[in-house]
Amino acid sequence: MASSEVSRHLLFQTHMAAKTCISSPVSDDEQGKKENIRSLTMSGHVGFESLPDQLVNRSIQQGFCFNILCVGETGIGKSTLIDTLFNTNFEDHESSHFYPHVRLKAQTYELQESNVRLKLTIVNTVGFGDQINKEESYQPIVDYIDAQFEAYLQEELKIKRCLFNYHDSRIHVCLYFISPTGHSLKTLDLLTMKNLDSKVNIIPVIAKADAISKTELQKFKIKLMSELVSNGVQIYQFPTDDETIAKINSSMNAHLPFAVVGSMDEVKVGNKMVKARQYPWGVVQVENENHCDFVKLREMLICTNMEDLREQTHSRHYELYRRCKLEELGFKDVGPENKPVSLQETYEAKRHEFYGERQRKEEEMKQTFVQRVKEKEAILKEAERELQAKFEHLKRVHHEERVKLEEKRRLLEEEMAAFSKKKATCEIFQNQSFLATGSKKDKDRKKEQGYRLELLCFDVRACEPIGGRKGAEEGRGAPVQWGGHE
Amino acid sequence: MDPTRRSPSPCSSRTPSPRTPPCGEMLGYVGIEAVLDQLKIKAMKMGFEFNIMVVGQSGLGKSTMVNTLFKSKVWKSTPPGLGGPTPQTLKLQSVTHVIEEKGVKLKLTVTDTPGFGDQINNDKCLRPLDIEFLQRLCQAVNVVPVIARADSLTLEERETFRRRIQHNLRTHCIDVYPQKCFDEDVNDKILNSKIRDRIPFAVVGADREHLVNGRCVLGRKTKWGIIEVENMAHCEFPLLRDLLIRSHLQDLKDITHNVHYENYRVFRLNQSHVLPRGPGWVNLAPVPASSPVIPRSSKVPGRVQEDSEEKF
Repeated sequence: MASSEVSRHLLFQTHMAAKTCISSPVSDDEQGKKENIRSLTMSGHVGFESLPDQLVNRSIQQGFCFNILCVGETGIGKSTLIDTLFNTNFEDHESSHFYPHVRLKAQTYELQESNVRLKLTIVNTVGFGDQINKEESYQPIVDYIDAQFEAYLQEELKIKRCLFNYHDSRIHVCLYFISPTGHSLKTLDLLTMKNLDSKVNIIPVIAKADAISKTELQKFKIKLMSELVSNGVQIYQFPTDDETIAKINSSMNAHLPFAVVGSMDEVKVGNKMVKARQYPWGVVQVENENHCDFVKLREMLICTNMEDLREQTHSRHYELYRRCKLEELGFKDVGPENKPVSLQETYEAKRHEFYGERQRKEEEMKQTFVQRVKEKEAILKEAERELQAKFEHLKRVHHEERVKLEEKRRLLEEEMAAFSKKKATCEIFQNQSFLATGSKKDKDRKKEQGYRLELLCFDVRACEPIGGRKGAEEGRGAPVQWGGHE
Repeated sequence: MDPTRRSPSPCSSRTPSPRTPPCGEMLGYVGIEAVLDQLKIKAMKMGFEFNIMVVGQSGLGKSTMVNTLFKSKVWKSTPPGLGGPTPQTLKLQSVTHVIEEKGVKLKLTVTDTPGFGDQINNDKCLRPLDIEFLQRLCQAVNVVPVIARADSLTLEERETFRRRIQHNLRTHCIDVYPQKCFDEDVNDKILNSKIRDRIPFAVVGADREHLVNGRCVLGRKTKWGIIEVENMAHCEFPLLRDLLIRSHLQDLKDITHNVHYENYRVFRLNQSHVLPRGPGWVNLAPVPASSPVIPRSSKVPGRVQEDSEEKF
């Protein structure tokens, strides 16, 4: 009884084993051996095959975010292409050619397709290529991209952060619009792409491709790609490491740069309305793969590689920015003596350094301050002394003047007294002689003789008010005009 | 995939930002939803990770339970009584395996806690040590309580015990998984309320197979019958398995990453005064005076965060 059960049990085991997928992952094996992880085989259905679906559900709830930067000259068809790509009429106005600086205009839209919500941000360069100085053309773009990285880094370094809720504004792809001249890359294009290739995924497109003939286009593409390669410009390569998409991606890589035509106008072709551009000599259909590479671009950009573009932005371009920024700030993963040092240790060391520096600066400032105070004090003291000396001098001068005035006053009073005496004596004589003779002539003569005033002009303007006032007060007793000799 | 014309209605109810960007109406199919497939491909390539810790008295069948969950010999289960003397100090042991099912790779790490709680007898209700332990654990990790060895309880006994435990948990404000505060919408609430009603699950673990009615099932053979592990009438193991693996695994990971880890990070950064506040040589945004209003979306650290700051 028991043995038959056992044998049936064994049979069941092998049956189950055949059903489940046992092949152990090749890539993990080596790592597994390193970490001493062994692969287990399961004897039944566990159910975690639903994990990718769980992940997808979570992503659907969160929504997706995609940011496209369009770089190209004014009027090259950036907005039209974006409209065509996303099959919408995003509101936009035509830009002027006369902007002194390149500006970047970002607009965010919420799109939804079945249950996928996409927060799409389109950043357009306004006025690109209209400047005389080429550096002014591409620097604002580089600055903008860096600013988005910086914003993310700031959020990441916060203490209380919400990264999962953060509206990621980092540019995931840069569509670089090349003018369909048919000859070669412009210097501006080369310079700009060279400056952008380490910061963003670049997909070059040939704009207004209906202006070139098919043969010219082939030559143009080859020329462009060889110029890019020879100048070391790293454009985005569609990933070929996953078997499901490797084939299509590698074939698309060979078609770069995509020659695109954009249009939201519809034209009747056959019995369908298609998006196209109507010329007197024919109709260029946007979604016809024989006419242009628009479908390829849409396929690559949206349907096949959107996730990879986001991934590359985060794990390559952003990480590079982050590393450079942190190193700039003085952080290293390896401390002195080449030992790995944690962020905390570096922070502590930096903090001590900072405080030490600050201490030193404070001391310095204190010293300078004390010095300055001393100097100022000395100056003020000197000024005080000068004033004091001046005051003393003036006081002396006043005193002297006063003495002089006193003297003059005394003299004057003596004169007045003498004069009064004289007057009195004269009157007595006059009365006596009048009584004796009574002649008019004598009276007049005596009257004329009698009063003779001497006016002494005394100028008080040069004197200090104190002295002057005193002099005036003293002089009130005598009805004489004071004046002063200088 | 038919081209469908979509009206942009549901986005407004979900968008937390006060200024909703304009909803563009697409006039035809673009192919945006293909991003889901891209995600799946990426996920399958990278593989998944899951780390689980089992806590409880030895002899409760923890190892057997883990083996049953993942249908493989994760641990060599020690039969009761035959193991060495239970260690006095708590030492954690981890083991990592890679398992694969239908192309999905899962790196599973199981941590055991031998020696914990062997001095405790909590078969009547939760004791103070349990309460304290659970309270602290719930702040740091998602906790799923489980009634082990449910084969020794009748259905009525199970129910009574379950209610008693639920009451205990409620009175002491122990927030086990799934936490109420992370329910995002009505659907979540309904689903999770059902789960919350059945927690703690009464489970039985077994890694042997027996023949029952011509079928081979996992079960424990006793003198009075075979307890089928995957039979809902016998025990609630399927519920636990579904919760942990089939439906909520990603959710568990999300909460751990977005809530528990972030809380720990805040605690650690504050504790070691690593970052100088205010104007400093690192151009960091200074900590705002009032805590920012975090809109409720995708596992937000809400109530739990404030609590943890006080506790720590």
